[in-house]
Amino acid sequence: MSEALQKLDTHIADSLSSKIQESKIALNELTIEVLPENLIEVSTFLRDDAVCGFEQLMDVCGVDYLTYGESEWDTSGSSFARGVKREFSFDESEVNESDKEFEGKRFAVVIHLLSIKNNHRIRLKTYCEDNEFPVVDSVTEIWNSANWFEREAFDLFGIMFNGHPDLRRILTDYGFSGHPFRKDFPLIGQVEMRYDEEQKRVVYEPVSIEPRILVPRIIRDDQRFSAATEVEE
Amino acid sequence: MPEIRNFTLNFGPAHPAAHGVLRLVLEMDGEVIQRADPHVGLLHRGTEKLAESKPYNQSIGYMDRLDYVSMMCNEHGYVLALEKMLGIEAPIRAQYIRTMFDEITRILNHLLWIGAHALDVGAMTMFLYAFREREDLMDVYEAVSGARLHATYYRPGGVYRDLPDTMPLHEKSRWYSDADIERLNQTRSGSVLDFIEDFTNRFPGCVDEYETLLTDNRIWKQRLVDIGIVSPERALQLGLTGAMLRGSGIEWDLRKKQPYAMYDQVDFDIPVGVNGDSYDRYLVRIEEMRQSNKIIKQCVDWLRVNPGSVIHHDHKITPPNREAMKGDMEALIHHFKLATEGYCLPEGEAYAAIEHPKGEFGCYIVSDGANKPYRLKIRAPGFAHMSAMDELTKGHMLADVVTIIGTMDIVFGEVDR
Repeated sequence: MSEALQKLDTHIADSLSSKIQESKIALNELTIEVLPENLIEVSTFLRDDAVCGFEQLMDVCGVDYLTYGESEWDTSGSSFARGVKREFSFDESEVNESDKEFEGKRFAVVIHLLSIKNNHRIRLKTYCEDNEFPVVDSVTEIWNSANWFEREAFDLFGIMFNGHPDLRRILTDYGFSGHPFRKDFPLIGQVEMRYDEEQKRVVYEPVSIEPRILVPRIIRDDQRFSAATEVEE
Repeated sequence: MPEIRNFTLNFGPAHPAAHGVLRLVLEMDGEVIQRADPHVGLLHRGTEKLAESKPYNQSIGYMDRLDYVSMMCNEHGYVLALEKMLGIEAPIRAQYIRTMFDEITRILNHLLWIGAHALDVGAMTMFLYAFREREDLMDVYEAVSGARLHATYYRPGGVYRDLPDTMPLHEKSRWYSDADIERLNQTRSGSVLDFIEDFTNRFPGCVDEYETLLTDNRIWKQRLVDIGIVSPERALQLGLTGAMLRGSGIEWDLRKKQPYAMYDQVDFDIPVGVNGDSYDRYLVRIEEMRQSNKIIKQCVDWLRVNPGSVIHHDHKITPPNREAMKGDMEALIHHFKLATEGYCLPEGEAYAAIEHPKGEFGCYIVSDGANKPYRLKIRAPGFAHMSAMDELTKGHMLADVVTIIGTMDIVFGEVDR
């Protein structure tokens, strides 16, 4: 399996060398990274080329790298402080400030492809250039199944897909504001809903519950399993 | 007065044939559908976001609640992704147990599908027949995990526990006479494997019964034949998987093509349709039930003669047994660490897919080395199927929409996540 992937990797690299940012085989999966402007060209190649033959798009997934590698509990020191993050705010301007501290590309779009003809998979990854207004080209024309997956990524992450025929929200409520899967969107949400007896209608109010973390997020230095996975390759 | 031609109809979200909470906005010309716009998300719970705030093991239970009629298959997709990143493999007995339960789950799913599908189309009896068999399989779920639906039975590195030696028995109540109890308990006197074997012996007869009711039934055929035809090319373009793809004549089954668990060790066939219409998909799923039954039988035979461990021995990932915890300090610490912190996955990303009863169910995990996923993406087959709704229903009559929803085997737990 791995050898076949290696071959596929070299084939793609030979054919599209300048368009591929990076390619990597890990855990028996091939990931190639492209710039957003090359996405359409690379995608078309992957679908139409006989060796690749990725006729089916399995998944489009947005990823927000805002808090990547952040842990809530310091394992190197000896502090027993509970590192719960409570500094969230309903005020949008404050949220944006923490945004600005982030350097690098925040949003990525990950596409999983499957070739039924050749029985292999590939992962296509592209990072959006602008963190404030992430845009990538839509691949709906190449694989029609991308339609809803891109709508989902737009809904949950606010990633815009250029050329999408119908970029509406899909999973969240009618009239929802914000993009809930962004890392700066609190897990408990922004608003809560109840029926108001006096107004005789459903009203939205800021959430009244406190965010809490039961198990802190911990990143351990000793990655005892990473060695095992490297041997497998 | 101007002639009003197009008419917009709201189908659902409380329509019984909407299979839960589908709101379908149909633009119609008379009784013919011009455009279908499904509004999904009414059951959106943010499973993926919730998983980001929990240690890996605590999200296994959420997987059951995605597609709540094929619970263990969802778990399987998730634990496979975890195992891939951890670089561990479950013991062989656990793999056989998983294979067996995946197939039990497949039958459970297809039974509910055929019951609901037939009910939508107008055949009441099927629903009652299907639930008769479902009851037995849910008892098996209960025997191994304690829960009839949301089992949370799979773990990264194996399954929660070995198959028990006894089946729970029916007890006397005011609804059952002694004779009833004796009849109900007849097959339950042995172990769980005995009960499952007994089931596999009578299940083909049950499928024959379903087929007698439906396969040559004139009304059933009038409602299903040539409804919702998908060509193989379009099926690929639309991202259809599972029976939706095989109904169109493409022989693709992850159990055969990219085998996981013990599927390369068991003997079974992949049924494929010809016309790609609802009737072909019905035939494919019926045959899948027979094939699943065959796989279960093989697994039972293997499990009978091969005792062994059912969970990985590394206690950094799986808890030590209760007895050891009481006496052994190290076991206690392992348990404490697992319960309070969990385990950390190495940094990286992985995608694992399984052949879920509805299609390809995949889990994509991005880890930054923490004890919680950085991002978990669930690729639910129903989501892609639902997005094909517009194309499948275009040009059909309103009554055919019900057939098409039925043939897609939609469950909103996984579509909305």
